[in-house]
Amino acid sequence: MLDGRGSINRRVGARLWLSGGWLLIVCLASAFAPMIAPQDPLAQDLMSGQLPPFWVHGTEPGFWLGTDSLGRDVLSRIIWGGRIALQVALIAGTLTALVGSTLGLVAGFYRGWADRIISRLVDIWMAFPPVLFSILLVAVLGTGLRSIIIAIVVIDWTRFARVIRAEAMNQGAMDYVAAAQVAGFSRQRTMLTEILPNVLPTIVALLSLEMGIAIIVEAILSFVNLSISTDAPTWGGMIAEGRTTIYQAWWVLVFPLIALFLTVLSFSQFGEGLKDRFDPVLR
Amino acid sequence: MDLLARFLIRLFSTAITLFGVAVIVFTVVRVVPGNPIAMMLPPGATPADIVRLKALYGLDKSIPQQFVIWFWGVLHGDFGTSISLRQPVLGLVLGRLPATLELATMALVMAILIGGASALTAVRFRGTQIETGIDVANGAALSIPDFLWGLLLIIFFGVLIPLFSISGRISPDLQLNFETQFYLIESIVRLRFDVTANLLAHMFMPALALALPLAAIIGQLLKQSLKETMELDYVTLARTKGYSETRVILREALRNAILPTLTLTGVQFTFLIGGTVIVERLFSYEGLGNMAIDAVVNRDLPLIQGIVICFAVIFTAVNLVVDLTYAALNPRLRHA
Repeated sequence: MLDGRGSINRRVGARLWLSGGWLLIVCLASAFAPMIAPQDPLAQDLMSGQLPPFWVHGTEPGFWLGTDSLGRDVLSRIIWGGRIALQVALIAGTLTALVGSTLGLVAGFYRGWADRIISRLVDIWMAFPPVLFSILLVAVLGTGLRSIIIAIVVIDWTRFARVIRAEAMNQGAMDYVAAAQVAGFSRQRTMLTEILPNVLPTIVALLSLEMGIAIIVEAILSFVNLSISTDAPTWGGMIAEGRTTIYQAWWVLVFPLIALFLTVLSFSQFGEGLKDRFDPVLR
Repeated sequence: MDLLARFLIRLFSTAITLFGVAVIVFTVVRVVPGNPIAMMLPPGATPADIVRLKALYGLDKSIPQQFVIWFWGVLHGDFGTSISLRQPVLGLVLGRLPATLELATMALVMAILIGGASALTAVRFRGTQIETGIDVANGAALSIPDFLWGLLLIIFFGVLIPLFSISGRISPDLQLNFETQFYLIESIVRLRFDVTANLLAHMFMPALALALPLAAIIGQLLKQSLKETMELDYVTLARTKGYSETRVILREALRNAILPTLTLTGVQFTFLIGGTVIVERLFSYEGLGNMAIDAVVNRDLPLIQGIVICFAVIFTAVNLVVDLTYAALNPRLRHA
């Protein structure tokens, strides 16, 4: 039994360190993008279009991961694209968690009419295809960082609301909540000081997952040409361009894809790792 | 509560949900800034032409009036006329729906096969490195969405080892005189196996991209409930009878462990169908989702509405069927 627990701890530890390490690299690279990026991410040079990465014959110094069809440096665009991805992840993820968890808490703890309305909204939302809904919303709101964030919050709040509602219902049925009521706590105070701290670990784990999802949504929107603006360096936009030149210049697709892949994987693994670390049963 | 009453209540609730979807999608597309009429007009059109076109598509009335007219039509099977393609929306949607249904069903079958096989293997070899390996693979598959799987598959099987086609539903040079849009089924019925093979080669990667996240969920949950079932007394009894471990898993444990997985698979199937939108785009697969994105790009309001309603009907129908199947299969609910 002791051995089993040790190996779980080691696995959780490795997962947290690896994913946290990659996320730290992305954060630092984004924060210091103007200093780190070897080239201007928007500078075009049609004479040096589709240069291969540094280890392939026919490259030019300074363009480590090659260039795209317009001669823009792939590495620099990935670093600058990380900025947009992180902004979307942090802002959209946090706002989604706030809106969704609040509605979930209210529905699960107060029950009654509030619960009926919120649950009905969740039902309706679940009947929408989410990707199509987000594309539609951004088309309506107009492209730009703000529209993308609004679209993510409007669509994904149900992820939090569903889970937190169920958790709040479970917690609400426990003795300590009854005790708080007997001690004369108001409903609102009970919710905020008794229920909320107990569902917080779940919110944190979901939040980490949601950040990865937000990055994917941004990439999908860029992929269908509905993101920040057409020439802003985004991972999704680079992937969309790379998809069309995949047979001539694979590196335009592969490198931003690796960045996106590792970041999304890291967010979800970081969240899972946190959840396991703070799970009293496993600990 | 008996099954019939349960069915009627769920049906009523589904109708309210669908009405909510209709209201929301109608309102959202009405505030679209781009003007679809302006995109249709030839240069030099007079203001009178604009008024006439607007009247033709009913865009000159107030939004509540437009909604009532549109909703009345929908109830009678009339979803209006597509602005960009100038054909009835219902025909366009029904023409593309079979391609999406075939893709989603193929993905579901793949997910069940992959997930089921991984769960059975992990339980058969539980406590060994094989189980750990399957757990890690499932964890990774779960945290990578279909869009990323699609891109990874394009690189592996489209470029590095070019085994499958990376775009389209079928090679354009194939001669098809099919009656229906269910190409896969019809090609099998007509014994046109060259067409079947071609369709499968096009379908393989998008279906696998959709299947992998669901396969991971099925694999994890089925493994969990199989392991719990394996601890029960009746399984121990089967073992003392001298049955082999594989037989105990397949014949005794699986039947009782499968119910939670079935329910979850049904619910997750709707997420899979929702994923077809972007995966079809990625693989230029001519299905409903691909048409939906074009409709948004072209500001084709009636077509967008029709497609969203179509998806919503599928989602709610799947959920309804799952709910009723669960109620019918679970004796505790049946007699409750």
